[in-house]
Amino acid sequence: MSKEEKKVNRRDFLFTASYTVGAVGVGAVIWPMIDQMNPDKAQQALATTEVDISSIEPGKSITVLWRGKPIFIKKRTSEEIAEARAVKLDDLPDPQKDEDRVKEGKDEWLVMLGVCTHLGCVPLKDKGDFNGWFCPCHGSHYDVSGRIRKGPAPTNMEIPKFEFVDSNTIKIG
Amino acid sequence: MSEQEYTPKSKAGKWFNDRLPLLTLGAHLTDYPTPKNLNYWWTFGGILTFCLITQIVTGIVLAMHYVAHADLAFASVEHIMRDVNYGWLIRYIHSNGASMFFLAVYIHIFRSLFYGSYKSPREVIWIIGLMIYLLMMAAAFMGYVLPWGQMSFWGATVITNLFSAIPLVGDSITTWLWGAYSVDNPTLNRFFSLHYLIPFLILGLVVLHIWALHVPGNNNPVGIDIKKPSKDTVPFHPYITIKDAFALLVFMIIFAGFVFFTPNVLGHSDNYIPANPLVTPAHIVPEWYLLPFYAILRSVPDKLGGVILMFSAIFILFVLPWLDTSKVRSAVFRPIYRQFFWILVIDVLMLGYVGAMPAEGIYLVLARVGTIYYFLHFIVVMPVVGYLEKTDPIPMSISEPVLTGRAEPSLARKVNDKV
Repeated sequence: MSKEEKKVNRRDFLFTASYTVGAVGVGAVIWPMIDQMNPDKAQQALATTEVDISSIEPGKSITVLWRGKPIFIKKRTSEEIAEARAVKLDDLPDPQKDEDRVKEGKDEWLVMLGVCTHLGCVPLKDKGDFNGWFCPCHGSHYDVSGRIRKGPAPTNMEIPKFEFVDSNTIKIG
Repeated sequence: MSEQEYTPKSKAGKWFNDRLPLLTLGAHLTDYPTPKNLNYWWTFGGILTFCLITQIVTGIVLAMHYVAHADLAFASVEHIMRDVNYGWLIRYIHSNGASMFFLAVYIHIFRSLFYGSYKSPREVIWIIGLMIYLLMMAAAFMGYVLPWGQMSFWGATVITNLFSAIPLVGDSITTWLWGAYSVDNPTLNRFFSLHYLIPFLILGLVVLHIWALHVPGNNNPVGIDIKKPSKDTVPFHPYITIKDAFALLVFMIIFAGFVFFTPNVLGHSDNYIPANPLVTPAHIVPEWYLLPFYAILRSVPDKLGGVILMFSAIFILFVLPWLDTSKVRSAVFRPIYRQFFWILVIDVLMLGYVGAMPAEGIYLVLARVGTIYYFLHFIVVMPVVGYLEKTDPIPMSISEPVLTGRAEPSLARKVNDKV
């Protein structure tokens, strides 16, 4: 009896060991099949873009492409900055101070991802109820700081990583 | 399954059939006992098979001329339209074919809802059918992206962004789907690959769908179980094949009407503008067959909530056989449910209409009312009506009300109306 039991145990061990090795093998094959769909080296290489901002007039904005997405670069007037800063944080669905969305000392420059945080459309400038941007797809209103004020978008428009190379050039990414 | 044993007449046939019983299968499909009272709502299975084959054949041909690259796709579609011999015809059949496919599938689904074809013992047929429907939506969505026009690009952006609503991993999943940091060339490339794959998956599921159908046999307008074969059934061939063929001809006339007279009426003119990642069209709408779900998505003022509700609207159909508590299949004998059925039809049509309109004012209100009713219908109306409703008496057989006239005269008339 004991001999038989031992045999069964030995077989169980072999089964378990085989299944385990099999599972590791399958996993090792599946992961490359999944990961191949992630952004490739060529896509990652597009990570930074330099932009000349010297020709932008106050109150105007330009749109540039970074990683296939539009970036809004707006030179705000002092009234617009004052307007953005007068908003009470309690009125914001995604509370964030205007100061935290710009570089210190460069308060007029708003650099943000021009992508609606709802479903990714490009909002239209100088439209909407808050003097900022309006997304035509599903009706999200953003203010002059790019913060969500009304509509289905859950968060403010994203601020990408960027820096001023000199006073006329910014590097995004 | 076929009741009688089949033996091929020729010696060669017998030799082959002993090794691979294809002839037995053929005989089963030919003799398959079918309820004799099937009406024209039952012809859409054959019509849908035709639609699938049409899409596969025209699709394979289009793939011989199409280039799946962000810089070349739009031009290659125009090349198909202008330069390729009969390219315009093949493309218009393919693009309108998608619409005709959905038109037929919606009729097929609502036929199931009316006659209770999803109920025991046909739950698995219903679930396989819904899987086909889901794959159809995926294939149609990806196919719409391939011409790389403005609607292609922005439709792809909006739909893939639905996944970004998933907490924590949403953005990683979206980037993974794109293969880039936005909808871009890698996205187009993989969508083409999957668009080519999915119809063959659908074909496999269609085989399972028909196999699962042939186990209990067809439901019928009276919705009662019948003995097979019996005086209530007729062989599939030639009785049903000829009826299906006639319905298919009528369907093809309508199909040809779209292809030859208004090939672009179901599309959107913005898709004849090449994709531009810097400009979103003023008014993004999906293809008409996805509009009811789009309306449900937009009726919720919360991103994650809208996405969850939209997917729930489809997935709730999977548990339908267990939400419906009524023992009576056919709505012909369910006076209360029948009325709710038509309310649901109107509700879905209305959702489709408001899905095409801007999400504001009265349209938003209608979308919300429509969404609430849609879910109430399945979660509340179906279980409760099934319990409370006093159904009309059901005939003992298909022949009884028709032939003897001895069953309740009023009942016989009602059955006749539907037949």
